[in-house]
Amino acid sequence: MSATLHVNGNGNGAGPRLTKADFQSDQETRWCPGCGDYAILNAVQTLMPELGVPTEKTVFVTGIGCAGRFAYYMDTYGMHSIHGRAATIATGLATTREDLSIWVVSGDGDALSIGGNHLIHALRRNVPVKILLFNNQIYGLTKGQASPTSERGKITKSTPFGSHDRPFNPIALALGAEASFVARTLDRDRKHMTEVLRQAAEHRGASLVEIYQNCPVFNDGAFFNLTEKETKVAAQIRLQHGQPIVFGPEEALRGVARADDGGLEIVEAAGNERRLIVHDQHRDDPSLAFALARLSDGPTEPTPIGVFRQVQRPVHGAAASENPGRAVGDVAALDQLLRAGDTWTIA
Amino acid sequence: MNKTVEERERVVVRFAGDSGDGMQLAGGRFTDATAVLGNDLATLPDFPAEIRAPAGTIPGVSAFQIHFASRDILTPGDAPNVLVAMNPAALKANLPALPRGATIIVNEDAFSRRNLEKAGYLESPLDDDTLAEFTVHRVPMTTLTTRASEGLEGVGTRDAGRAKNLFALGLLSWLYDRPTDVTERWIEGKFASKPAAKAANLAAFRAGWSFGETTELLDVQYKIQPATDVEAGTYRQVNGTTATALGLLAGSVRARLPLLLASYPITPASELLHELSKHERLGVRTVQAEDEIAAAGVALGAAFGGHLGITSTSGPGMDLKAETIGLALMLELPMVIVDVQRAGPSTGLPTKTEQSDLLMAMYGRHGDAPLPIVAAQTPGDCFRSAFEAVQIAIERRTPVILLTDGFLANSSEPWRIPALDELPEIDPGFAVAPPEGERFLPYARDERGVRPWAPPGTPGLEHRIGGIEKQDGTGNISYDPANHAHMTRVRAAKVANIAADLPPLAVDDPDGDADVLVIGWGSTYGSIRAGVRRVRDRGLKVAQAHVRHINPLPANIGEVLRSYDKVLVPEMNTGQLVKLLRAEFLVPATPYNKITGQPLYAAELEEAIVELIEAPTEVTA
Repeated sequence: MSATLHVNGNGNGAGPRLTKADFQSDQETRWCPGCGDYAILNAVQTLMPELGVPTEKTVFVTGIGCAGRFAYYMDTYGMHSIHGRAATIATGLATTREDLSIWVVSGDGDALSIGGNHLIHALRRNVPVKILLFNNQIYGLTKGQASPTSERGKITKSTPFGSHDRPFNPIALALGAEASFVARTLDRDRKHMTEVLRQAAEHRGASLVEIYQNCPVFNDGAFFNLTEKETKVAAQIRLQHGQPIVFGPEEALRGVARADDGGLEIVEAAGNERRLIVHDQHRDDPSLAFALARLSDGPTEPTPIGVFRQVQRPVHGAAASENPGRAVGDVAALDQLLRAGDTWTIA
Repeated sequence: MNKTVEERERVVVRFAGDSGDGMQLAGGRFTDATAVLGNDLATLPDFPAEIRAPAGTIPGVSAFQIHFASRDILTPGDAPNVLVAMNPAALKANLPALPRGATIIVNEDAFSRRNLEKAGYLESPLDDDTLAEFTVHRVPMTTLTTRASEGLEGVGTRDAGRAKNLFALGLLSWLYDRPTDVTERWIEGKFASKPAAKAANLAAFRAGWSFGETTELLDVQYKIQPATDVEAGTYRQVNGTTATALGLLAGSVRARLPLLLASYPITPASELLHELSKHERLGVRTVQAEDEIAAAGVALGAAFGGHLGITSTSGPGMDLKAETIGLALMLELPMVIVDVQRAGPSTGLPTKTEQSDLLMAMYGRHGDAPLPIVAAQTPGDCFRSAFEAVQIAIERRTPVILLTDGFLANSSEPWRIPALDELPEIDPGFAVAPPEGERFLPYARDERGVRPWAPPGTPGLEHRIGGIEKQDGTGNISYDPANHAHMTRVRAAKVANIAADLPPLAVDDPDGDADVLVIGWGSTYGSIRAGVRRVRDRGLKVAQAHVRHINPLPANIGEVLRSYDKVLVPEMNTGQLVKLLRAEFLVPATPYNKITGQPLYAAELEEAIVELIEAPTEVTA
């Protein structure tokens, strides 16, 4: 069989300026109608041409779950791998191929349950990959079991009397793992999502972006408090670097301040201007970002979105690449190695 | 005084002591000197799983056995001719292995009341008739070592006490007339930055040698002439770990692909990670992953990126990697998985050897998932086997399992250094961009059933691969029943096709008329050869063959099996290859199994072979 097939229509991005279409594969998207994944796919495909990285240098590695199908829809290089392990495969790729822009797409079950260990280690090592965590607080592809981000008391197929277990806070977890870039955004806020993804793409090192993503079938409306018109103004705490952390309607503006016990508290903005915390995403000490991550117990409360932390620290593999040594295929060096130590000759 | 010099053809020496006594070191140095002298040799380190089990107790005994000879030898030897016992526990633990008349050299100073109690002796075996059948030399090694370093600058009693293994080494080096310069050079290099330790160790080594030369205790010195019946060439000593690392590196160099090894610490495979991590200058990257699963994933990620991706482990780690190996098989990407087998299941006997992962390598994955398996036969042969595993993986786009084991990994032998131009070049054959207007087909196949390898980076080859069943050719997701049946068969055929390019199974049957064939695989090679040799020395006929390629099996193996009346399959497991051979070829093969964590012994095999030769042939109606 020949390794090529004649195609009609658009080929790959051969032109100098790439467009969104260059990043769209010919595969039919098969998520449920209304799934938040469509919006994320659309935002990513739209952003890609602006990043200036050609399709052949872009790789999407995904795990298992609804989010795992993402790789098939990007006309880049891609691998749909196994449950929880996308971060490991991306680590191997990033270790060997620093010329690539590598994205990992994962879900709350994939990244935080079966793949939890790999997630924290990819963040700890600061592997240069961009990890998108589609958090819908439910197992979708296996049809509706509780996930590690499902809220306590959640009734699902696997927890008919309500989930007993405390959920993970992915942002706090990532900060605890010493992640150098940690952000949260919303599937229903295209502009915010695009801006956060752009910052993640430009970050040198591992970036984790938690995307609150609606599952219309098994967990519909989980994030509506944050995304819908009626409630979002009072619920979204939009973190902006260099700005005081304030939120809510103009007439009842609230803000985040240091409490007397050293923790954070939400206060009326008026009259507390001097106490309000000015967001510094480059702060080396992650403790304030951690406190911000824990400000909300879930999307039903006022919840920070945006970049919690973005700092520079040594990137995995960089030390080795600065010392690449000899070229691969060095027969003389290998021969020397084979003959190392005591040898003797028999005629 | 004048000493008698006697020639010996072969000798087996076992150094035994507490795991803190440095027996592995003494054995290793003795081995180096023996190799440089030109004797053929084989070694067997035998150490406890605990790093420092309670000192002086039986579980804490660490031993190193070396078999060396003036003719070619095949195993580390069944029973030692000489036992060096550094304490009562070492004596007690090793006594059952000694044949009557063997020589025992003990460190007399260690036979204190307390040490005797720890070893479970009520009376000192040196004082009663426990050792009546042996020739016993009582040497106060601790005292003599301490005395040797008296007056040396900066040497405390602690340094001196720790050097008694070098005293024992010196004594044995004299007894068997080993060259001293090799060891002295090593001591000088090893302790270059620690003058006191260097002085103490050199003094202890020389004191041991002088003790042998001058004391009346030992009146015979033995000479073992260099081996002459070996192939011409330049040799070095290697253990299986080093040979595996060099073989993988050679594969990387001949394929011109950088090597990435991802691994997680596990006994006895960790040594391979240590070894390869030294070779950054040859383009090697090593990643100590967070777990076994991650190690497999990292290796596969490197393979996707167009590098040589390797992961190494031992039994329990194989269980964890299985899912990733299945993905690699589905993706049809090259990857090498090194399984240094150990006695299982579970933690089992982590420092002891076994061949019990063969059926797991064959079948230990969900789905119909055949992959190539190469099994190394001797420590030096790990080089060739590792190289072949790399070659098959790259050329056939498939994960390959390389089976070695704890015995091969730790055991050493002289190894003829290959000329690199003897090794074939390996062509990764990366896909090239299709002509304008054509789309790349990632699952199109060549005549061998091999698909293109297209690492990210080439414009026009953008494609997606994944674990979901794919349409042949396009690689698009396909749930079509007929396509799944087709792809399952295509994947199996791709592996089966490799047999066409493998050498046929070689049979050693000198007169061509033996009735019994002994067939084995892996590290039992030396033991089986030695057992067969003993049988032939008795005037009996036996044929012998050893399987290197477990999957696919050599094309002629069925024919070979059917041409013998009786087939014996010795293995260090409860019968795994024998099951495969019976299932595939419907032959009444007889298993011979040993599952003690110790290698097979030639004498045991001799007996088993003779028994089968003499057994009446079953007549099936």
